[in-house]
Amino acid sequence: MSAVTTVMKRELYGYFATPIAYVFIFMFLVLAGVFAFYLGHFYEKGQADLSAFFNFHPWLYLFFMPAIAMGLWSPERQLGTVELLMTLPIGQHQAVLGKFLAAWVFAGLSLILTFPLWITVAYLGDPDNGVIVAGYIGSWLMAGSFLAIGSCMSACTKNQIIAFILTVVVCFIFIVSGVSMVLDAFAWAPQWMVDFVAGLSFLTRFEAIARGVLDIRDIIYFIAMIGLWLYLTQCVLQRNKAH
Amino acid sequence: MIRVENLTKRFGDFVAVNELSFNVAPGEVLGFLGPNGAGKSTTMKMITGFLEATSGSVSIFDVDVAQSPLEAQKMMGYLPEGAPAYGEMTVAAFLNFIAEVRGFKGAEKQQRIDKVVSEVQLGSVYKKRIETLSKGFTRRVGLAQALIHDPKVLILDEPTDGLDPNQKHQVRQLIKGLAKDKIVIISTHILEEVSAVCSRALIISEGKLLLDGEPQQLESQSRYHNAIQVDLETEQAAALAKLTALAGVASVEEIESQRCFVIFPEGGKNILPSVIRLLDEHQWSVTNVHLEKGRLDDVFRNVTLSSGERVNTRLVEEKVA
Repeated sequence: MSAVTTVMKRELYGYFATPIAYVFIFMFLVLAGVFAFYLGHFYEKGQADLSAFFNFHPWLYLFFMPAIAMGLWSPERQLGTVELLMTLPIGQHQAVLGKFLAAWVFAGLSLILTFPLWITVAYLGDPDNGVIVAGYIGSWLMAGSFLAIGSCMSACTKNQIIAFILTVVVCFIFIVSGVSMVLDAFAWAPQWMVDFVAGLSFLTRFEAIARGVLDIRDIIYFIAMIGLWLYLTQCVLQRNKAH
Repeated sequence: MIRVENLTKRFGDFVAVNELSFNVAPGEVLGFLGPNGAGKSTTMKMITGFLEATSGSVSIFDVDVAQSPLEAQKMMGYLPEGAPAYGEMTVAAFLNFIAEVRGFKGAEKQQRIDKVVSEVQLGSVYKKRIETLSKGFTRRVGLAQALIHDPKVLILDEPTDGLDPNQKHQVRQLIKGLAKDKIVIISTHILEEVSAVCSRALIISEGKLLLDGEPQQLESQSRYHNAIQVDLETEQAAALAKLTALAGVASVEEIESQRCFVIFPEGGKNILPSVIRLLDEHQWSVTNVHLEKGRLDDVFRNVTLSSGERVNTRLVEEKVA
């Protein structure tokens, strides 16, 4: 386990070695606020909860998480450091996990820094804190799924921009498979198929969590997504690392 | 002991390394020689466990690299081609990371870092970011990273590539100064480096092992082995015929008409005494006499070029001459 932590620490060091990480967090907080207040009508709703905030997270993550994840493997392959990393006595799965965890911790940190919203709600009303905690946990799990997809896409290419775009595309597919417009297109299909497509969506899963329903199946879904995409990352690396 | 047996690597149809077999014993500094694209780096990548071999095996002190890569990697220090490092890290942070990965903690970790920093003289850039360093320093950071755990096996892919002559000298001194019980493999296409640091050289081309021997042995395969170059002060019309007629002389080439000659002996014999005697007899004053040990680049070219190319270069050389 210590190899995983060492890799994770190095990766986090890399994030904060330049001002990019701080700019990123700042932009994340500003946009999270803009979404909650202007698009979510946080005040106008007059409800003492954070649903206006959480509801936009899938869309917020659609661009922020690929931006974090694109740097996981592409530059390693571009600069050849992947050769260094893979010839140190670290298992490939440990390297993949360590790097992913660094990105996930960084996303978690950005998320935690939105706490003033929680304080605002608590000051203005009497929110159900359990629901809010569930929302944060669910949101972080969803962020992890986005990042795991991004990790895999980043392993596919040496070019960070391409990795970013690929990740946005794949994540977008996983979001819109829960939108009614897309599901209507499956009107011809049997109900189980519609349910299956909807079940794949981050949106469907996350809506329940944002309402405060932390269903074990949804948690398993997000963790399974993370596991699957990290496994795929490892397979892609195995194939591509030499090129 | 490193054992490489029938090592082969294919990328699609392309055979990068072809049935390569050799052993390296502790104390040996093995030079990997070959033209660009000969399979040197690919072989090193398989030895260090970065690439999987298509077939064949590599074992490091009886640990099979394919079966237990981590065990083998613990014994090795590796400087990949171009000395990649995390540019955004300071030298201190980078070496700290490597030391932690290598399993060192606390005081011992710091001790290891301090030792290697003084060994490769990184003290002046210790707190600087690697991306801001010169090529020479970056290369030394790569060496430090490979040396930090005092490995039994050191694999260095073109350790002096792109360095200036002083830096090259430093790196070579460093390699020479390593403990005598280590196995060191370096790859290079700089031939002087082989004579300078290696106790043994392998010439590979198109993935195949062509020659294996001590640098002196390789030199002795050169046409120039024990050849003598003689520069006379003034032109002597009779010199060419007289030199050619000497016992043990196979042929004489005129570099400059009637003045400068290269005398090739039969079968690498030492003909220096008889040449000097001849010069003495005729009282020809001489500006230079030089006994050649043999030219590695000559051997290198001879074994690595395919026969067609060899004919072509010879033609070019003749034209130039």
